Amino acid sequence: MPHLAVNDVRAKYGSLEVLKGINFSIEKGEIAALVGPSGSGKSTVLRALMGLTPITGGEVDIAGETMNYSSAKEVRAARDRMAVVFQQYNLFQNMTVMQNLTLAPLKIKKWDKSEVMTEARRLLGLVGLSDKADAYSDQLSGGQQQRVALARALALKPQILLLDEVTSALDPELVNEVLDAIRKLADEGMTMVIVSHEMAFVREVADKVVFMDAGQIIEAGTPAELFDTPKTDRARDFFSKILRH
Amino acid sequence: MNYNFQFGVVWDNYPALLEGAWLTFQLGCIAFGGGAIIGLICAALKTYGPWPIRLLVDSYVVFITNTPALIQIYFLYFGLPEVGVRWSNEACLLIGLTLNAGAYLTLILRAGFLSVRITEIEAGQTLGMSLLQQVRYIIVPHIAKSIYPALANFFIVVLVMGTSVGALIGVDELTGQAINLSSVNYRWLEYFTVVAGMYVVLTFVASIGLALLGRWAFRVKARIF
Amino acid sequence: MERILEQIPRFFSGPNMILLLESAGLTLAMTLMGCLIGFGLAFVLVYLRQTPGLWALPLRLVCILYVEVFRRIPFIVVVYLVLFFIQTVTPNASLFTIAVIAICLYAVAYTADIIRGGLESVPQAQVEAAQAMNLSRLQTNLRIVLPQAWPVIVPPAIAFAVSFIKDTALVSQVGVFELTFRGKELNNQGYSGILVFGTIALCYFLMSFPLSMLGQYLEKRLATPRGQRRSRKIWFT
Repeated sequence: MPHLAVNDVRAKYGSLEVLKGINFSIEKGEIAALVGPSGSGKSTVLRALMGLTPITGGEVDIAGETMNYSSAKEVRAARDRMAVVFQQYNLFQNMTVMQNLTLAPLKIKKWDKSEVMTEARRLLGLVGLSDKADAYSDQLSGGQQQRVALARALALKPQILLLDEVTSALDPELVNEVLDAIRKLADEGMTMVIVSHEMAFVREVADKVVFMDAGQIIEAGTPAELFDTPKTDRARDFFSKILRH
Repeated sequence: MNYNFQFGVVWDNYPALLEGAWLTFQLGCIAFGGGAIIGLICAALKTYGPWPIRLLVDSYVVFITNTPALIQIYFLYFGLPEVGVRWSNEACLLIGLTLNAGAYLTLILRAGFLSVRITEIEAGQTLGMSLLQQVRYIIVPHIAKSIYPALANFFIVVLVMGTSVGALIGVDELTGQAINLSSVNYRWLEYFTVVAGMYVVLTFVASIGLALLGRWAFRVKARIF
Repeated sequence: MERILEQIPRFFSGPNMILLLESAGLTLAMTLMGCLIGFGLAFVLVYLRQTPGLWALPLRLVCILYVEVFRRIPFIVVVYLVLFFIQTVTPNASLFTIAVIAICLYAVAYTADIIRGGLESVPQAQVEAAQAMNLSRLQTNLRIVLPQAWPVIVPPAIAFAVSFIKDTALVSQVGVFELTFRGKELNNQGYSGILVFGTIALCYFLMSFPLSMLGQYLEKRLATPRGQRRSRKIWFT
């Protein structure tokens, strides 16, 4: 049974249809990468999964449970099982790192306080930022903020982690520290859907690559299949341009 | 709550209310216009004048903007007769409002003056424009665009808040009429509710008019609400 | 002119000055109470105005309408309306209460716009991050949006309250014993209008000017650029 199955999902911005029937699935512990040109709808898929963009058709299966995001309750249930890390980190500016990490577990999931604090410190250690527990976000570099955002997402113990171009807003020298953290998670067996432009990283880490353009999936397969022997013209076009450097 | 509303009385007397509304509008326009002239002169003086003049203008503006319009008008209304000047109630209101508006408009217009960047003027000069042409084609459109919303908003303020003060010194603008008529048959609530509604309508019409004027004459998108 | 000079000693006598001081205090008290309560209620109004969902459309419209209407009615009319309305219900209501209620109603309309502007100035991305974590609308607003909106809300709100000190002069018309009312009293007692209202104007000036300077100073302080960290107010964490 796939951990996440997206079945013919459609989404609209006003009158513009941005997702025209998206179908893919991943098993537990697998990592799927969504790639494609800007505006292809990759980020929209993640936003739709988290209920930030309304779904106008299709449904999503999470660990066998079907949801069509039609009621607020379903949206909350979906958000309960998944966590997202945004391109712009979106740390809460008025709180310290620890407060960012512990807000949702304490106030939403209502877990035990000492457990939450211990787990938060463990996660900070995992991303290599134990000494920044009391810092505010504008005292941190972009890479550090993104790692905190990663820890914050993990603090909710999600079943599936969604990463939306998490390195695209970073200076080049800060990218690697974030990729390292993601590698660690991959090693631990976290189910992830990654939207990224970092093709070398995708090739290394993803089990499945999905190429999207203009709101549709053009081609999907293993990294080797897609990067080395793409079957469709558009995919070939895209990868030849991207992989040149 | 045992009170039976009788709006019929208001309906019987609506011509008086309309007259009041018309007077409100006229007073608002004149006070704003006069104030704009004062404001323009003072803003110019403050930007280009020597320091004693600037100090004078500043004192005027600071004093007016930190004291109630009502007190300024009472000052004229009760004070002028003592020095032998006997103006009508309307005149007192008008002079008081104009001076009041002048101070606030000085602030608004000066902000407009300051918003013209020297680079734009230099561009005009390099294109060979005379001073008059610069003023007409560069400075005025730029200022108009940047301060039009503030100006339009202030006009509404003068129209509504400013003129209504006249009621307290016996001027028969809209609020004054409401007071007059209410004292006759004691239908205060009805009259004032209707008058409140009339103010809303009046300001909506004025806002729309100003927004249209802004778009047509200055190509400014002023918000209606 | 001579008349004024000869009135000055009597005018500036002890009892008169005490009365003026009292009424100035009343003016400040009215303004403070009315604006504070109005500010608090305005938060509720703005929150209600943002309730999502089609069923809430009438509620949102009512909130929008309230603000638009009360911003377009002169304060004196609001005062009269509150006066007559309350008096048909409770004939013995204190004039001070009526004045404060009128100030409240008026302040709610004006502060609501300030608050809304402040809340909307917080980047939508912050709200989305909170939503993605299943924070409720109330929690998001209280813990994330409001703390960040404060520096944008406070300066204009203070400026409004300070400028309202001047508007309270209109309340004299319904008989509240504030500063302007005292002025008219003194004038009725025979003191020169120039002397009386000049002094009253000065009193208002002495209240309004320092406070507005304070407000401007606060505005500069709250706008400190990032990187300079002071302890931020953390609400309800």
